Amino acid sequence: MKFPYTEKVLEHFKNPRNVGKLENPDGKGLEGSPACGDMVAVYLQVNPDTQIIEDIKFESYGCASNIATASIITELAKGKTIEEAKKISWQEATEELGGLPPVKAHCSVLAVEGLRAAIRDYEEKHGLVTEQEPTTPDVLRSRLKHVMNPMAGLDIVRTELVTKMEINDGVVRILLDLPSNHQFAANIKEEVLEKIESLWDVKEVNVVFTE
Amino acid sequence: MLDKMIYLDNSASTRLDERVMDAMKPYYFDTYAVATSEFGYSMGIDAKEGLEAARETIAASLGASAEEIVFTSGETESSNMAIKGVCAALQKKKGEHIIVSKIEDFSVLNTAKNLEKKGYTVDYISVDAEGILDLEELKNKIRDDTVLVSIQHANQEIGTLQDLDAIAKICKEKDVLLHTDATHSYTRVPIDVSKTPVDLISMSAHTIHGPRGVGALYVRKGTPLDKWMDGGYQETNRRAGLENIPGAVGFAKAVELVTPDEIEFLKSLRDYTFERVFDEIPHVTLNGSKTQRTPQNANITFHYVEGESMTLHLDMRGFAVSTGSACFSRSLEASHVILGIGGDHERAHGSIRFTFGRYNSKEDVDAIVDAMKEVVSQLRAISPLFNK
Repeated sequence: MKFPYTEKVLEHFKNPRNVGKLENPDGKGLEGSPACGDMVAVYLQVNPDTQIIEDIKFESYGCASNIATASIITELAKGKTIEEAKKISWQEATEELGGLPPVKAHCSVLAVEGLRAAIRDYEEKHGLVTEQEPTTPDVLRSRLKHVMNPMAGLDIVRTELVTKMEINDGVVRILLDLPSNHQFAANIKEEVLEKIESLWDVKEVNVVFTE
Repeated sequence: MLDKMIYLDNSASTRLDERVMDAMKPYYFDTYAVATSEFGYSMGIDAKEGLEAARETIAASLGASAEEIVFTSGETESSNMAIKGVCAALQKKKGEHIIVSKIEDFSVLNTAKNLEKKGYTVDYISVDAEGILDLEELKNKIRDDTVLVSIQHANQEIGTLQDLDAIAKICKEKDVLLHTDATHSYTRVPIDVSKTPVDLISMSAHTIHGPRGVGALYVRKGTPLDKWMDGGYQETNRRAGLENIPGAVGFAKAVELVTPDEIEFLKSLRDYTFERVFDEIPHVTLNGSKTQRTPQNANITFHYVEGESMTLHLDMRGFAVSTGSACFSRSLEASHVILGIGGDHERAHGSIRFTFGRYNSKEDVDAIVDAMKEVVSQLRAISPLFNK
């Protein structure tokens, strides 16, 4: 009896491809958190003329399933246009790896979300978002669902750490039920800013802590 | 890759000692009858003698008398028998309130949760950052209708030892029964029931190089305990079902084989692990108490890396250890013990438990620490959390 991982998963886990960080990436995505046990960062370098992903790197704080999926996804995305890369699904990555234990699905989905977040970041930074949906509290809520509450292992919306979200003339105000001197306050603030600042119609983001 | 696996998960289970096997063998191949009374046939009488001699040995190891020992299938059965048995016996007389600690083994925690579903009230007592019970909280939570306090002697993951004397004193002052799960301390740390007024103690053979599927429950004479499994009248009508005589004999042999030198040896491996890891690997945190801990347990968090990845890399290099990471468990829940001592999820995910046994050596520690240095550094190199 061996591990419920395929040879290919173990191979990518042992020798992950495209590992590391790109300095000044064109797009960057960070999904998950130490609290939920898995975290993936994806960095992209995109050719502005061809929209082809010329370089891609990832970092992972996660289990074998997470590392192997992130590794295979970078292989699948490299050389593709961002439109093509957007279509890479978790199922495709799983098939490439020869399957993953069902219980580990969420660990690997995170890698796909990391890639998509990096593409979205690239598009937003380069004015490529075609559907310019105005930022509403619903949009903010959806973005903040990707910020984890390290005390609970769930996102800050679901754990009611976010008490209020306001948007007024491009100025966003997020109220958090957390004192500013809390050990996780700075990390959470940084993640909130990262998820919201890049929205096309947002000029300023203020994160307010309870005192 | 090593020639053989270096096994450092001895709190999960240990390798059977061959001397234990030798002691058990006759009860499988020669004296294989069920235990019969002195008026039965001779093979049954011999089997009974073997069983009773084993009971004497277990009893003597606790300063108890033989009739206070009930053989069971192990920790889970012993703790279920103790908690459910006392609750059933005292429900009408005293009430439906019990107290356990937040960091108990699942055999106690899930038994408590089951009782909650049946209408019992359960108080879960906190522990401090080292895993040591809040005695004041315990004192304050005991009520007139409290039927039982169940507090482990040693923790299964972080090895922290509770002050059983102090806990027992509180329980006696408040006239409430005390059960302790001593699976991870039995024979490693002395318990003398003639001095410590604990009423019920869970034990298991497989953590001390004895056979699996055998354990015992110490039941102080006079403790009210309803039978929770119906059947025959074995174990003086306290536990139905044919006794596992070879298992009981093996358990007793395992107890006899533990020596003070072995305890010192386990301590030396544990302390040497701490010494090397804390000297040579940065960003590590000790889990549990440095002084109040079992001799065989070293539990350390390696920050910025995830436990399942560490254990898998270590397995590929020939080492077996366990972790409190959610990804390691099928439930995908992080260690309730590390969270219970106030650790965050990251601390739980990066924790590695090294537990030592008789067959380990200093060379094993050297080998795994060398491997850990490489594995941790390799995984930190790809971690977005680690500031390279």
